Formats: sequence, structure tokens, C-alpha cells
Amino acid sequence: MARSIAWRLATVAAIRDETPTVRSFTLALPDWPGHRPGQHVDIRLTAEDGYSVERSYSIASEPERDGLVDLTVERIPDGEVSAFLHDVVVPGDRFEVRGPIGGYFVWEAPLGGPLLLVAGGSGIVPLMAMLRHRARAGSAAPTRLLYSSRGADEIIYRAELDALATDGSGLDVHHTLTRTQPPGWTGYARRIDERMLADVVEPIRPSTRVFICGPTALVETAANALVRLGLPAGQIRTERFGPTGT
Amino acid sequence: MDEDERADATGEGRLDGNALGGLLSGVFDRDVTEAPSECAHCGTVNVIAAMHAYTRAPGIVLRCPACGGVVLRIVETTEATFVDARGAAYIRLERTHR
Repeated sequence: MARSIAWRLATVAAIRDETPTVRSFTLALPDWPGHRPGQHVDIRLTAEDGYSVERSYSIASEPERDGLVDLTVERIPDGEVSAFLHDVVVPGDRFEVRGPIGGYFVWEAPLGGPLLLVAGGSGIVPLMAMLRHRARAGSAAPTRLLYSSRGADEIIYRAELDALATDGSGLDVHHTLTRTQPPGWTGYARRIDERMLADVVEPIRPSTRVFICGPTALVETAANALVRLGLPAGQIRTERFGPTGT
Repeated sequence: MDEDERADATGEGRLDGNALGGLLSGVFDRDVTEAPSECAHCGTVNVIAAMHAYTRAPGIVLRCPACGGVVLRIVETTEATFVDARGAAYIRLERTHR
């Protein structure tokens, strides 16, 4: 177990739009000890008058990139930190980062599969770190991703997920669009439920490792349904997202 | 403070203990998310990361995912940090070998 987690100064190296409300920030972190896929960091913004605010964000990038960490942040209306990151921060800006944090919601290639990943909205972010790591490590662990978004233009990493799903490594990607569907949509078109999960995980293999990340309601619906479908509760790891600021 | 950030998305204030790893590292001087702890109410052992965390209160509260009992309460004031661990029979912190 690591000793106290240090605050260090990150420099914004690049900013990329993912969807109309989601942006990725590449941070340069000197002396970064490296992270594991699924871990998160805390960001601290401090105003000139000393007022400071902290938020937790999942790391989106694979650990194979040295000294560079991607965070993918959804802009929350009136969100103190996310709005600042979206509206004010430009490359070259610096702020404090503490991490990497958490060894529980983590998957690394040697753990193997089968793997079931369930995401809602920006809950895809820590799972994307796992998928990017899986690709970089050359893992062929059988993996299924069920990803719930409101509409097609809100799917984060869509093109990259499409590419990963067709690279022959054994990744299946299933989308559900809960609010609006484009013409000709052939994916699911409702909130994640037990029947959908049964479809996606079929056949049930009790050795499957499950990682679920998203809003609380989605996480609990999915976790409870998977237990009813016969997956051991001890293999289901969840990350509910919400405010952690101090 | 904008406690409402994400409020619409979460519906309620419950998170996983995992999300509080950074904050807890400021109290315990290490990442305790993988530390097992026995609930004093029901005897279930869970790692901190798997406990239910409530942050929209004065301070933070960790509850046992099995019985809902309060395991840990932490309140930070300008002067001190208060750790109320009466709901934890124990918290196991591995020795660090460095």
C-alpha cells in the first residue's frame, strides 16, 4: 500500500472535444508514479484569495503512456470545477493533481477475463482506461461492454470503441440509447435492465469479472440484476459517480 | 459549494468509498481504499472502497454495504480532523515495506 498520495502540479498539454459536453484533457505530470487502469485522481483548484475546491476524476488513459494522463470530463451545468475546466482552462495552464488513487476498481491484463464492463454516460471513462490498456497489452481476454448514452451524439469515444471492437481481440461493444435514437438504429433503445444484461452476458460464466460505472441508479440496477442472473456479488465492482468535493 | 454538481445524475448522494481515496489519504497518510474493515454492527468485512459513502453532509460518512450501519465518520474543521470510528471493529492497514 502506497504512502500518502502527493499533490503535484500538472500542466495541461492538450485539450480535445469528445462530444458537445465532454472534453478530454491531457495532463503532463512530472514524476508521475504510474497508474493502474480504473484509478482516479483528485483535482484541486485554488483561487487567488485562497478559496479552493476539489473534485475526483477517473483516468481515461492507459498506463503505458509515460508521464501523460488523460482525464475526460463532462461539463455539468453550474458545476464549479467541470465548468472551469471546460470554459477557462487552455493548454499550458497548471493545477494541482493528487493520485493515482484506489486499487479496488482496477483491471490489469494479467487478471484475464472474461470481462463485463457496464457504463452509463461518462462512467465509460475508467472502463476506457481498461480497454485501452487491454489493447496496448495485447490482451485477448473475452470482453463485453454495455454502454448506455442518452443519444448518439453523446457517446464518448465512439469511433475508438468501434475500432477496438473490430480489431479481432475479442471485444464486443453493445450500445443502448435511452432518449433519442438516430434513424436506422439497431442497438438497444432503453435504460439498462435485467433482460438486456442477460442478452449481453449470455452465456453466464461465473468467473466473469464485472466493472460497473455510472450514475447510482444505473449502477445499482445493473449490479442487482447481475447477481440475480447468477454472477457472484464478490466479482462485481462498482463505481458510482457524484460529488466528492470538500 | 456546488453540492448539486452531478446531483441530477446520481439521484442521491451515495458514492463508493473508492471515490474518497484521496480525501482519506489526507487522514490516514496512505491510500486506504483496499484496507479491509469489520463492521461493528453486523460483523461483515469489506474493503473501504466497497463501502457506501455519503458526502453531502457536514463531513463524510461511510456505511456498511451489508447492513447500512455507519462505520466511519470524518469531519474536518479549520482546526482539526475528527475521526469517529466507533462503527468499525477494526481497520486493517498493511505495513508498508519501503
